[in-house]
Amino acid sequence: MAAKHDSVARTLIVALLVCLVCGVVVATAAVMLRPVQEKNKLLDKQVNILQAAGLYTAGMDVQNAFKSIDRKFVDLASGEYVDMPSSYDQRKAAKDPERSERLDGKVDIASIKRQANVAEVYLANDENGELSKIILPIHGYGLWSTLYGFLALEPDADTVAGLGFYEHAETPGLGGEVDNPKWKALWPGKEVFNDEGDVAIQVIKGTVDSGAADAAYKVDGLAGASLTTNGVNNLVRYWVGENGFGPYLDKIHASAQVEAPAADTTESAPAEGEEVNNG
Amino acid sequence: MADNMKPKELLFGPILDNNPIALQIIGICSALAVTSNLNTTVTMALALTLVTAFSNFFVSSIRNQIPSSIRIIVQMTIIASLVIVVDQFLRAYAYSISKQLSVFVGLIITNCIVMGRAEAFAMKSPPIPSFIDGIGNGLGYSFILIILGFTRELLGAGSLFGIPVLSKVTDGGWYIPNGLMLLPPSAFFLIGFIIWGIRAVKKTQVEKDSFTPAAHTRASEAF
Repeated sequence: MAAKHDSVARTLIVALLVCLVCGVVVATAAVMLRPVQEKNKLLDKQVNILQAAGLYTAGMDVQNAFKSIDRKFVDLASGEYVDMPSSYDQRKAAKDPERSERLDGKVDIASIKRQANVAEVYLANDENGELSKIILPIHGYGLWSTLYGFLALEPDADTVAGLGFYEHAETPGLGGEVDNPKWKALWPGKEVFNDEGDVAIQVIKGTVDSGAADAAYKVDGLAGASLTTNGVNNLVRYWVGENGFGPYLDKIHASAQVEAPAADTTESAPAEGEEVNNG
Repeated sequence: MADNMKPKELLFGPILDNNPIALQIIGICSALAVTSNLNTTVTMALALTLVTAFSNFFVSSIRNQIPSSIRIIVQMTIIASLVIVVDQFLRAYAYSISKQLSVFVGLIITNCIVMGRAEAFAMKSPPIPSFIDGIGNGLGYSFILIILGFTRELLGAGSLFGIPVLSKVTDGGWYIPNGLMLLPPSAFFLIGFIIWGIRAVKKTQVEKDSFTPAAHTRASEAF
């Protein structure tokens, strides 16, 4: 390279021009593509929600299916619905000291350290406009990573309708089997709360004895992945427990009592039992 | 340097004769990280080929204007801009794959192949041969990556491009997946085997010993 290229002025001009051109190119690409990216991000989340609720089939019209799902916000401490802007991001809020709480080590079985005060819930409605699934976002630490997923419950806020994780970095083939459809299929039908209204669901090591009295509360662990299994157990128990969605789910149980007389007897019987025990 | 090379040599030379991974042993880190399945492998190979080709092209276009004191940072700026553009496109049109590739698309910026070709070839050659050289080196990288991705996904997960090929025991079939194949170290072993294979056929690629022990040296003294 000739020496005339190496003068200070020349160096500055070249550097400036290169930065300017590159900056314009990058900015243009980022701005032009942002709407498509945002749409994808939303779509991705919606697919995860539908999958957890067991409503997803490959190739379906996700946006259309999502019209029957309401996004609501719950104040975790009181269990009441609150109004939040639709841009609310629970993960960001969990890092903001003003909108989240630091969890005490004893309470924090899911190892999430901080918890947002307000959480999202998704309420799926069936064709008749009646509540069909309650979908709760859950997360917690496994072996290597924080697992993010959704737990779907039936309208009784007790029976599991599905569980799915959309983000984790567990060992492929071992803990990574949380994504295995066969394992996920073990969850629907399990019950979260026992007759006393306490959190009873757990993921155990090994295989559940289907004849046992408490088989309805137990899910098989993942073979060769005790720590991921423990993590899933802890995070599910945390989020349905008193520090998670417990107060909210209690409210749904309670309102089920009020409506119970209108429902048929088979449904109201267990609901009444719960009322006694919750009181 | 470019004057005496035909486009065909520029394009296909880096695949077997002068492979960036197998001969020059550069660009290994992403080859380990993204090859656990073919979807991410092919996306990464395409992204790197495009970035190498265009960075070579642009660096070569302005090579006579770049002051030598800031040439590396100018190359980096061009490469980084291209990588960001590629990353933005992936996020817009292949969201789930870009989520799996995560940080590794961004790391193309520091991939030795891109940097190495810009500095070693594009700074000294006209734009068109530089572009072809970029494609060629991208193909060389892709060649190794796709072998890795194919082997790792087939043996580790019993599938190709996510479509089940070998029916796994966990799904009621006969194949017990080799979990090691899904972990990064397996790519190291496979790259080792590939290098061994290529050098067994092409003896010229075998490196000379950097020294030879003097006669009558015991092994314990030689090292």
